[in-house]
Formats: sequence, structure tokens, C-alpha cells
Amino acid sequence: MTAADYPFVVQNLVLKDFKIRYRNMSLGMFWSLLNPFFMMAVLVFVFTNVFPDQTVKGFPLFILCGLVPFNFFTLAWSSGMVCVADNSSFVKRIPLPRALLPVSNVLANCIHLLIQIAILLAFALVLGYRVNLYWLFLPVVWGLEVIFILGLVMATCAMDVYVRDLRYIVDSIIRVMFWAVPVFYSLDRVPLRYRGLYEYNPVSALAVSLRQILMQGEAPDARLLWKLAATSGLMLAAGWFLFQRLEKRFYEHL
Amino acid sequence: MDRICFSGVSKKFSLRTQRQLLRGHVRSWFQQSEDEILWALRDVSFTVRDGESLAVIGSNGAGKSTLLNLATGLCAADEGEVKLQGRLAALLELGSGFHLELTGEENLRIYAALLGLSRARTHEVHDSIVEFSELGQFISKPIRMYSAGMVLRLAFSVAIHADPDILLIDEVFAVGDQSFQSKCFERMLRFREQGKTMVCVTHSPELLRKMCDRAIWLDHGKLMLAGGLNEVLAAYENRLVLPLPIDVA
Repeated sequence: MTAADYPFVVQNLVLKDFKIRYRNMSLGMFWSLLNPFFMMAVLVFVFTNVFPDQTVKGFPLFILCGLVPFNFFTLAWSSGMVCVADNSSFVKRIPLPRALLPVSNVLANCIHLLIQIAILLAFALVLGYRVNLYWLFLPVVWGLEVIFILGLVMATCAMDVYVRDLRYIVDSIIRVMFWAVPVFYSLDRVPLRYRGLYEYNPVSALAVSLRQILMQGEAPDARLLWKLAATSGLMLAAGWFLFQRLEKRFYEHL
Repeated sequence: MDRICFSGVSKKFSLRTQRQLLRGHVRSWFQQSEDEILWALRDVSFTVRDGESLAVIGSNGAGKSTLLNLATGLCAADEGEVKLQGRLAALLELGSGFHLELTGEENLRIYAALLGLSRARTHEVHDSIVEFSELGQFISKPIRMYSAGMVLRLAFSVAIHADPDILLIDEVFAVGDQSFQSKCFERMLRFREQGKTMVCVTHSPELLRKMCDRAIWLDHGKLMLAGGLNEVLAAYENRLVLPLPIDVA
């Protein structure tokens, strides 16, 4: 293996991904702003006119608090899980640790995420919500989410090399998750006996905590935070372990 | 000091293709089928000392590239042991990691990082790379506008600025026009004079005669002969001329 300047490699891989994604768009970054707004608009329309939900105040921000974490989850997972199989020239020709691929892929998506978070916060301020002390929890909950996604991406991108149709399975899971994460409904409407399941789902936990912090102006539930930390930590450990195990035979399978 | 040491190294590949999809995995749980195996290398041992330059010769499919890939650690040996000491740079394929939409400048930085150049070193040799590549104005254009030769020139210019103890080269000599080729070749020779260790795979005997002092000859994964370059080359060329019964099934 080449002894390389790893931060320099990661920085270059992240920048590469970012530049490729935005270079060919005439409006560049602007598209990444528009997408959640279209989605928000249609969901707001449906749930204020077709199936009105009176229990929720401030529906636009409520939806955005669910959409931003969900979009990040979708984008990072679906683009991250193919990062090894679609980069066979890296695996077969460049003697660097393969873990650099999923790590830089997730980091590249984090730049995208930062833009979305900026929009979310700006939107909250525009709607008249005020900055409160509990905003300090934001980096914590987002950080845990990124850790969770990194673990998920490491596990699945390694498995994808061995089972190429995994990406279609992931596609289906993502579609189901849109309904299984409280994006357009509140956790309060979920029957109690199912709520435990929701709390162990990091994407749900993040959506719920965001609403508590930004809309109710209160600290996120401690129990929820612990669960989020536990699932994220476990996911990263499992993903790392699986990746190191499977990485040994990437060369033969690509 | 031994820079590279192979002792009794074997590497096999499975020729079964069905396992990549879920269907294939499920089928293999129920059906016991014999795995078709190709031994790309079989019990190969040799050492390369500091400052030596070794040529690896042999026909297509002899296991030359597999040998280089094992030396870099891209894949692991099934039997035996591979040891390596020192900073390594591997030119296994020029321009792996290049992206057509990015400019020459951007690809230069990415490729430099991938080849193991540090941030500081990349900054330091940047101008020298651009100058060596002779790309001029084109360096700020996306490389999809480049000719094939220009892309390779850029890749080679970066590669030549890596500063390793051991350089592994797989068939990447024929780059650009005559004058560029001789420039590359000069650089390689200078690298030799600095007492660096090299392992080269190429089919051009003239190049080998100028660059290497020792050689190993591989045939169907087996080490046929190791020794001085001329001796091994002669044996290899004789074998090619004589109609020996090599199994051409």
C-alpha cells in the first residue's frame, strides 16, 4: 500500500464528487435548494387541504424538519452504497485503503447536507421561530446521523460488491422508509406500542428531535438521544467491521 | 536490504461467474458445484534488493500483472508471503481516477493525491508537472477535450513526480510522441541513477535492456528462470521461436 497523505486524498475525492455533481447544472447549487421546497409544497397542500391534520401547528417547517433528514439519508445511502462497485479502477489499480471511498463519499454528501441545513434554519427564522439555547444540540443530532449513515454505507457498499442486486433492495427500503419515518405525520399519532420501533430508527429520531429543538424550543428527549447515539455507534462499528472483513476479496470480485 | 521479497507465493482466481447476483448465491447454497480455478501464480519466489531494477517478462496471461498487484498489496496471496519495505508508487494504469468533466488542473491534484504525493509536495512540484506535460493552455480545460495522448501525458507527468523508494510499472511506457517518450525515458533513467528500486513489466526488449539489470520469466504462473537480464531474455526469446508444445487448449 502507498503511504499517502490521507487527508489530502479525502479532500480531493470529496471535491471531485462535489464538482462533478454541480458542474453540469445550469443553476448549479440552486437545484439542491429547489428539490425539498417542491416536495414540501406538495405535502403541505395534501395535508392542509386533502387530509387536514389539525394537531400540527406550522406545517411547512414541520415537514421540512422531516424532509431534510430523510433526503440526506436517501441521497447518502443510495449514492454511497455503490461507491466501491462503481469505482473498480480505484480498487484494482490504486494501492490505497479502500475505506477512503465510503468515507469521502459520505463527506461529499455532508457538504450537500450543510446547504440543506442552512435552508432549514433560514426557513425557521423567516417563519418567526427564534434562536434558542437548544440549538446547541443541532450539531450533536446531525453528527450522530452522519455516523449512522457512514456505518450503513460502509456495510452496504462492501456487500454490494458480492451481491450486485443489493442496490435494488436498498431502493425498495428507501421507498418504504418515506412512510416509516414521520416526515408528514407526527409521532404523537403513532400508537404507543409501535413508538419504540420509531425511536430506534435514527432518521425518525432525528426528525423528532429537530422538531423539538426548532419548533417547540425545548431540549430533545434524553432517552431518544441515547437511543440515537446507541444505534448510530452500533451501526458504525458493524459497518466498519463488515467492511474490513469483506474488503480482503474486493479485488477478486470486481 | 531486500526491498521486495516473494517466498513461495501462489495466487488463484475462481473462474465461476454466477456468484455476483443474489440468484447465484442462492443457487450455490443448494448445489455443490466444483469451482473452476485458475492459478495465476504458482510457488513464485524471488527478491529485489535496494537499487536493483527487475524486469518481469512473459507472454500474455503469464501472471505478470498479478505479480505486481500482489507486490502493491492490492490483493492478498493465497499461499506464501509477500514482503515489501519502503515507500511505494505503482503505475499500473495511467490516469485511473481521472474524470472527463474535470479540468487538467483538477485531475492533476486528484491523481497526485492518489499516487501518494503529499499536499506540500503537490504544491511544490505543481508547476514542474504542468511544464513537463507540455499541455500549456489546455491545463485549465476539461480533459474530455484532450486527445488520448494528452491525457496520458498529463498522467505520466504527475506519476513521474512521485518520489518513492520502489516504483512498479506495468506497460505504461508508450506515451505521447517520440520527443515526449524520450523525455519520459530520461526521467526513468535518472530515477535509476538515484539508486531507486524498480520493477518493470513491458514487452519491449530495447526498453528493458536500457532500464533493467535483472529479470524473471513467468510462464502460466510459474517462475521459469531468474537471473541477469540478457540471459533471461535470450532464454525467453528462444522459447518463443522454438515450437514447444505449450498447451493451447
